[in-house]
Amino acid sequence: MHPVNPELITKERMLDLFTGIQPAIVQNDSPAFSGIRKKAIEAFRQLGFPDTKTESWRHSSLKESFSLNYDYPLSPPENADIQKVFRCNIPHLDTAILGQLNGWYVSKDVPLMELGNGIIMGSLAEARKKYPQIVEKHFTRYANDPESGFTALNTAFAQDGIFIFVPDGVKSPKPVQLINVIHADRNLFLQTRNLILLGKNSRLSIVHCDDSYNLQASFSNIVTEIHLDEHAFLDHYKLQNLNNNSTLVSSVFFQMEAEARLESHFLSLNGGFLRNNIRLLFNGPNGNANIYGLYLMDRKQHIDNYVFIDHASPGCNSNETFKGILDENAGGVFLGHVLVRRDAQKTNAYQSNRNILLTDTARVNSKPFLEIYADDVKCSHGSTTGQLDQDAMFYLRQRGIGEESARMLLMFAFADEIVSKIAILPLRSRIEDMVKKRLQGELQICEQCVLHCSTPEHPVEFHIDLSKI
Amino acid sequence: MRLNDKYTIMLISINNLHASINGKEILKGINLKVNKGEVHAIMGPNGTGKSTLASVIAGRDVFEVTSGEILYKDKDLRKLSVEERAREGIFLGFQYPVEIPGVSITNFMRTAVNELRKYKGQDPLPPGDFLRLMEEKKKLVEITSNLTNRSVNEGFSGGEKKKNEIFQMAMLDPILAILDETDSGLDIDALRIVANGVNKLRTKENAFLVITHYQRLLDYIIPDFVHVLFEGRIVKSGGKELAFELEEKGYDWIKNEQEV
Repeated sequence: MHPVNPELITKERMLDLFTGIQPAIVQNDSPAFSGIRKKAIEAFRQLGFPDTKTESWRHSSLKESFSLNYDYPLSPPENADIQKVFRCNIPHLDTAILGQLNGWYVSKDVPLMELGNGIIMGSLAEARKKYPQIVEKHFTRYANDPESGFTALNTAFAQDGIFIFVPDGVKSPKPVQLINVIHADRNLFLQTRNLILLGKNSRLSIVHCDDSYNLQASFSNIVTEIHLDEHAFLDHYKLQNLNNNSTLVSSVFFQMEAEARLESHFLSLNGGFLRNNIRLLFNGPNGNANIYGLYLMDRKQHIDNYVFIDHASPGCNSNETFKGILDENAGGVFLGHVLVRRDAQKTNAYQSNRNILLTDTARVNSKPFLEIYADDVKCSHGSTTGQLDQDAMFYLRQRGIGEESARMLLMFAFADEIVSKIAILPLRSRIEDMVKKRLQGELQICEQCVLHCSTPEHPVEFHIDLSKI
Repeated sequence: MRLNDKYTIMLISINNLHASINGKEILKGINLKVNKGEVHAIMGPNGTGKSTLASVIAGRDVFEVTSGEILYKDKDLRKLSVEERAREGIFLGFQYPVEIPGVSITNFMRTAVNELRKYKGQDPLPPGDFLRLMEEKKKLVEITSNLTNRSVNEGFSGGEKKKNEIFQMAMLDPILAILDETDSGLDIDALRIVANGVNKLRTKENAFLVITHYQRLLDYIIPDFVHVLFEGRIVKSGGKELAFELEEKGYDWIKNEQEV
């Protein structure tokens, strides 16, 4: 038995910390903002941190993560070698890159870019100063988590993060890549806040990566609010590749107005403790959301995907497909909750969670859950957890394919249902590479940003050709 | 006959083979010898161990060999893994080919062909040569081109699955091919195509073990020997005329004979 350390991160400690550092973080606050903070810290005082008695956290204990000592950075890191940290190069992937170091927007020269087509992107702190009317109209409006105090805590402490604004009718010509790298020589507790706004009839692709630079422990409580106005389309990728000592609680709140469309992909390749809090509200009719998840966990890693879809408007479609492969002592949780409100007629909702357990000690708790108050709806859910298909293994091996290769083929094919949904082709082939490396046990954490894997200097080679699967 | 000649002809020799699954004995002393260039048919009622025999030769580990031996090319087959047996030339055409979503037939076959080549010390087949080989073998079983771009067996009809098995056999060019009820579920056209494929692949250097419930397949694939498997043993062996006799008299004939 490991000795159980006392919990160093507690509600009381956070409240004390807030009182102590309040002057430093509120100095740029408008009156509206200080009001928001006050409300948020009160909400946190009420909600506190979740424990395993909290319904949606029953199978995910933060005890170990809370027993570490973390520093709480109040200002951007200095002397960081930005060039080295963000030397990101997916071949042929032409993106606008927004870098975040320890949650702070890394401005080369311009903290906020204002493009010719009206798109604004960069630092949220800067946007608060420059465009308070936009930020204050949306900030905290979508981030409502009655289950735990994490989001309220983030709001109370929020300083910086990414801000993206796409005006009505504008279609972003290239994907925007948000790279959040944690790079420190001490344990950090980070509370990044992102706000992404898509105007009516606008279009945007975001690739949002959470990476660690080294093996230092960290605790990230990241909140991202995303608003899709009428007829907006968002193609969204959340890519997580953190070290085994990191804890990430990532809350993403989507609000979709009438006829908005969302494709969202949660790709969790590595991390010590990962919790995706995904909350989506259909605030207008005929919205369409596909949410995909893929997680590949081993050792003592833990992944928890919580997905809450609020069908508050009629005629909306939601589709959740989450798949995971768990090896060694890894643990997984899938909790999908679809709420179809009384007036949300003609709702289509589908939830699916499939898991492969490679060992007897890996475990999964899967609970898709439908709560339906309308009568003219089509809803279904399914969940399977099992071993690799032994009939398929025998079939492949009977054709002369070695046992390890056969396992790889089957695991990759299982994952590929999700990977193949990636619409940005250079990103898809990179993720394919990463999944292959991950399945071969090679990819724990890259030296730098995970997207640097398979560079010309470090080519990745595979024993079997998986390229045409 | 000199001793060495025996090994150049004899492909597989099964001696007093006993095998069980979950403690239940299925094979109760099988004796069978197959030489190169021969086609043997194994017939018998359902549930007498025909598929078990095929699986045991291929090395499926859910079956436990409790006694007896299988010598293949003079090697103790039990010491080889499933994939090693396959690379040594043993092919099993499945009664129920497995659907593998997400794995394309092209990549599946390229992986299999190249693993086989690696085993033989050959370089991987260049992509162009591989595609030409695919086209050539597809024609053998009259597969239309789009079949090969799909996931292995996924959504295939019964006939397509069986044609795909013979296609794979043609790609891998085995020495001992075991066809486990390849005829079941086939209409007469598909049966003819499958049988034609097999006949074109017959040489002096390979051998076939054709497992079937019905005599019908043997109208198209003419066996050199017919064996009747009943309750885990081969109870009757003969030439191709034995199949006709079975068709005429039915399996009750065997059952009654055994009871007497």
